[in-house]
Amino acid sequence: MPELGRAALVVTLGLSTYALVAGAAAAHLGRRRLAHSAQNALIAAFLTTLVASLILLAALLRHDFSFTYVARTTSEALPTAYTVSAFWGGQEGSLLLWLLVLTAFGAAAVRLNRTWARDLIVWVVPVFAAVAVFFSFLVVAVASPFTTQAPPPDGAGMTPSLQNPYMLAHPPLLYLGYVGLTVPFAFALGALLSGRLDERWLVATRRWTLLAWAALGIGQLLGAHWAYVEVGWGGYYAWDPVENAALMPWLAATAFLHSVMIQEKRGMLRVWNVLLVILAFSLSLFGTFLTRSGVVNSIHSFTQSSIGPWFLAFIGVTVAVSLGLVFWRLPQLRSPTRLESPISREAAFLYNNLLLLALCLAILWGVVYPMLSEAVRGEAVVLGRSYYDFFLRVFGLPLLLLMGIGPLVAWRRASLRSLVTTFRWPTLVALATGVLLLVLGAGSSTPGLVAYTFSAFVGATIVMEFARGTRARKALGATSWPGAFASLMSRNRRRYGGYVVHASIVLLAIGIAGSSAFDSVAESKLARGQSLEIGGYTLVYRSLDERQTANATEIRATLDVTRGDSDLGTLEAGKNAYTIEQQVSNEVGIRSDRLTGEDLFVIAEQIDPDGSVYFRVFVKPLVNLIWLAGLVFLLGSAITLWPDRREQRRLVARAEAVGLPATR
Amino acid sequence: MTIAVVLAAALAVVCVILVALPFLREPDPETDVLDELDEGERRRLELLESRDRALSALKELEFDHRTGTITDDDYREQVGPLRREAATALQSLQRDTPGTHGDASTGEGRPVGRRT
Repeated sequence: MPELGRAALVVTLGLSTYALVAGAAAAHLGRRRLAHSAQNALIAAFLTTLVASLILLAALLRHDFSFTYVARTTSEALPTAYTVSAFWGGQEGSLLLWLLVLTAFGAAAVRLNRTWARDLIVWVVPVFAAVAVFFSFLVVAVASPFTTQAPPPDGAGMTPSLQNPYMLAHPPLLYLGYVGLTVPFAFALGALLSGRLDERWLVATRRWTLLAWAALGIGQLLGAHWAYVEVGWGGYYAWDPVENAALMPWLAATAFLHSVMIQEKRGMLRVWNVLLVILAFSLSLFGTFLTRSGVVNSIHSFTQSSIGPWFLAFIGVTVAVSLGLVFWRLPQLRSPTRLESPISREAAFLYNNLLLLALCLAILWGVVYPMLSEAVRGEAVVLGRSYYDFFLRVFGLPLLLLMGIGPLVAWRRASLRSLVTTFRWPTLVALATGVLLLVLGAGSSTPGLVAYTFSAFVGATIVMEFARGTRARKALGATSWPGAFASLMSRNRRRYGGYVVHASIVLLAIGIAGSSAFDSVAESKLARGQSLEIGGYTLVYRSLDERQTANATEIRATLDVTRGDSDLGTLEAGKNAYTIEQQVSNEVGIRSDRLTGEDLFVIAEQIDPDGSVYFRVFVKPLVNLIWLAGLVFLLGSAITLWPDRREQRRLVARAEAVGLPATR
Repeated sequence: MTIAVVLAAALAVVCVILVALPFLREPDPETDVLDELDEGERRRLELLESRDRALSALKELEFDHRTGTITDDDYREQVGPLRREAATALQSLQRDTPGTHGDASTGEGRPVGRRT
């Protein structure tokens, strides 16, 4: 039914255009029924996009190769799970997913807030609609997933590296993040357009921003793990432009989540917050552009296409209109309060914001530099790993330290004496850790040593905050220590959930420092029976086997692994030769030590006809803390996202007091 | 092809009905004007935000002092201005709504649901 899919998308485009025009007219003229009609159009646009998506999904599952998209991205032999993931594996499908999530988020955000903040929502609808018009235009006129052809006997199949369980979750999570950032953007622009610059746009979008930010964070970690186990180069993050494309909006959103607290607590940084929201959304568009346009050379970019100029034009219009609105509302955005002291929590959060933004812009420069150099000099100059690593150290390490300082400094101003009292123990813990690590020989990498020392400092502040808070709750009448801890968490989920997220960043920092600054590598061509030694491990190459699966021929080299006198079993590494796709992928062997978090990582780089194999082997200390950090990050995000009844009651009371309905 | 055209037409009709629903439900409304917050209500909303901000800051300061995160000196320096800020917001709210006898600190007793 490609015709129905096409028709559904044309209706989506019509509904989005109506929501934009009618919504803007209703907001400008103050027409109630027209405003409700525009809101309904946005909801209907979600339903029609859902119909189109279901048709594409059905075509994928039926292997209907009369759909060009299905023939290009799947094959008969492709397992069902990857056939489903082909929905977002290609350009047209992923743009359709963007539109589906966008209209779903738009409909939900409007529905949830249309009584509580309805004077604001009236202006939010046309902003959402404008973004939906752009994406529905793309899938209708530029990159339709419903173009048809005479069906070939079989499809072209899927890029082998995408045939991985992580691809079932990694791209959709990134899209949830990218598209989720449309919600704060639409509310910010709605607030600017309407002049309703009170806190409601922040309150209405806080959880949406957190959700988008958490999805981007988890999506990136899943992507890193996918790269680690599937791409087979021995690392998990290569500063690839497409990887950076997801990191940049996440950094901007992280800055916003911190600076928004300053606006809520002190009424400051109102212009800054709006600018951060605009930046985060623009970077999410830029990320989609990088991934989908084929403008950059990336292992994650699987397409060359004509959508680039459309995206660039839309990003340009978005930035110009948004900045124009900020400039127009500047007088109303001026903060009533000023920074009282450079030693205060708001100042620490501000420093954190500046560092996050500096890191984000440094990465952005690294991403656009090859494009600019190609445009100016006719030659694309790529900034390598050392460029990014330098800025990660320069901005990332102070950020890590600030993560421990900021939450423990008083709002408004803190005396030096209180700083000494507050940070006495964490500083001692950090110094002791640093000295101990030096003694143990970790001085070979100064950035690694500094990262560990700062991590110890932050870890100590987090433990101290939980211990002090629980003790205070117990003193305030909690019957037991677990009860006091539960009460502490439930009474301020945002703060203590935030500490859990900070703990995950500490784990991440330790994992990154350990696996990149203190790793070791060995390479050797081995014949059967020969061995290789690295980091205390001995690997003996035993055999080479070949087996056939549904869609690939798997060749595996088996190695016996020992450490000292301990037999650690066997490891398999090799290659998969995909028949239909006619591509070969590296299939690495990994042995994880759950106690130390260390990985032994084996790549069979080259397999010769005589059975000898060229192996590259890594020992990566603490790398598993990175994946553990993902779980802790998820826990912290869930705690922070959990609805807070006290806050809800306060907001309802505030809304009632000005005559707005009590329901949200 | 025919079924697809029929289904597409049906989809379009459903969407048109959904979009036209506000006009179908109220063909001849008493008023079609969006009810927005007037200047007074917006001012009141700002005052409520200031009040909540000050009370929340006070609560956090008290808890941080109790946990030991904030020292006695910092607490003494900050608690006064914060209390004054909260009191000013409460007084402004009371001045802003003459004739009401509710509890301004909780919002109880305020007119509810005028806009339904």
